[in-house]
Amino acid sequence: MDAADPIRSTVEAVYRAESRRVLATLIRLLHDFDLAEEALHDAFAAALQRWPREGVPANPRAWLVSAGRFKAIDHLRRRARFAAAAPELALRHGAGVDDVAFDDGVADDRLRLIFTCCHPALPLDGQVALTLREVCGISTEEVARAFLVRPPTMAQRIVRAKAGIREARIPYAVPERPDLPERLAGVLHVVYLVFNEGYAASAGDALTRADLAEEAIRLARLLVELLPEPEVQGLLALMLLHDARRPARTSWTGELVLLEDQDRRLWDRERIGEGAALVESALRSRRFGPYTLQAAIAALHAQAPDAASTDWSEIVGLYDVLLRAEPSPVVALNRAVAVAMRDGADAGLALVDALLAAGRLTDYHLAHAARADLLRRLGRLQEACAAYERALELAKLEPERRFLARRLKEAGER
Amino acid sequence: MRYLCLIYSEEKMWQTMPRPELEEMYGQYFAFTEDIKSSGHYIGGNPLQPTSTATTVRVRDGRLCTTDGPFAETREQLGGYYLVEAGDLNEAIQVASRIPGARVGSIEVRPIQEVMAPA
Repeated sequence: MDAADPIRSTVEAVYRAESRRVLATLIRLLHDFDLAEEALHDAFAAALQRWPREGVPANPRAWLVSAGRFKAIDHLRRRARFAAAAPELALRHGAGVDDVAFDDGVADDRLRLIFTCCHPALPLDGQVALTLREVCGISTEEVARAFLVRPPTMAQRIVRAKAGIREARIPYAVPERPDLPERLAGVLHVVYLVFNEGYAASAGDALTRADLAEEAIRLARLLVELLPEPEVQGLLALMLLHDARRPARTSWTGELVLLEDQDRRLWDRERIGEGAALVESALRSRRFGPYTLQAAIAALHAQAPDAASTDWSEIVGLYDVLLRAEPSPVVALNRAVAVAMRDGADAGLALVDALLAAGRLTDYHLAHAARADLLRRLGRLQEACAAYERALELAKLEPERRFLARRLKEAGER
Repeated sequence: MRYLCLIYSEEKMWQTMPRPELEEMYGQYFAFTEDIKSSGHYIGGNPLQPTSTATTVRVRDGRLCTTDGPFAETREQLGGYYLVEAGDLNEAIQVASRIPGARVGSIEVRPIQEVMAPA
């Protein structure tokens, strides 16, 4: 019994390090998510039984893959006694042991899993749920809690996504070269959605749900390792640079602190350094896109000693390029705020007013909040109050609402 | 596995398209169809008459009810289809992306559900 304990902790360590890779390979070999998950658990149960007696194998991952595969074949044989599943069995059994080729093939399996979970034929919320469940190994209950839905709802979402993969025959494959850029953009979108859900929860009390942000960063690191494209580096950089500011974004009482007021000593220098290096590498490739540009902007903020000495001209220039790559009113709004810092609040206000007049940001609380702030700086307090009130009507997140209410009160008192 | 590729576009566009462009489009469809016939993807396919010729049939409480036109008013109308054989969804999407109509309208790719015949 005592001898089994160090083995148990070894098995647990192997589970943490290898279970997702083993699962990814089992899905390829068994052509079935549910069967592969069951096989994964059976394989680890077998390891707990046999490793104390036989010793830890030289290549635990290879051992687990073949144990899982045999367990699944057993399982199918038992099932076949009750149903005529013989052809199915032959198909799965037919793959030779050589299929369990390692290293090269295994890295591909994790990439295959990511591209399958993020297939555009699946609804976006299903892609996000399946990626967190299968690629990151987060339990359905935890995913549900992170997205503020009931566990049965999340379980349904995952079941439907798996059924979609099976019924439409979504292949377990990395897309071919011509399709890769578009499909990769879809994967990056899912990763960024997970990050944003963690960085700025879309509703509820807590402003940051650090675990999801951390999970998104881990996913992006995996992608950089498997597919080192410039935009993958750009996305990882963007998330690291945003996340580096997390300790300073809220006060100890849970209040929101604006960029210009943050205590920059609290920023995570290691993450900033890593993010900035990734940005440089992505920019050098000259094949970068919107994530890299946003990361370049975040890097300039992160490396400035304070808001006043930030290189606002450079930031406006990067927003110009970003706006050409991705013409969006939200990007234009951010550019307007940077212009206000470079040329004065008047210039920024004119741009924000033009954007609101165009009508696409009418219900976006941050557009009204930005306008209110510029009016406040210009001393036009009555108009500022009206804009803060409008922003407050539209804001959903509690800390943001408290911040806006505080600013509204201050402007009203001056 | 079989996939049905439903071709949607604005009917009006076809009705107002100048003759040479229309012929160019027909030529592209002809070439595409030949192409997927020789690659083994083609099972069947047809253009449809305009929605003005459509009849919608319903039976409610045992009573037949027919109305003119398509069931739903949408911006784009079903104008034709291809039934294709493909190894998986990615291959079907590849084929669908080469349908000339994909450049002016949209293609809905639907996997065929296999139905076992009653014994």
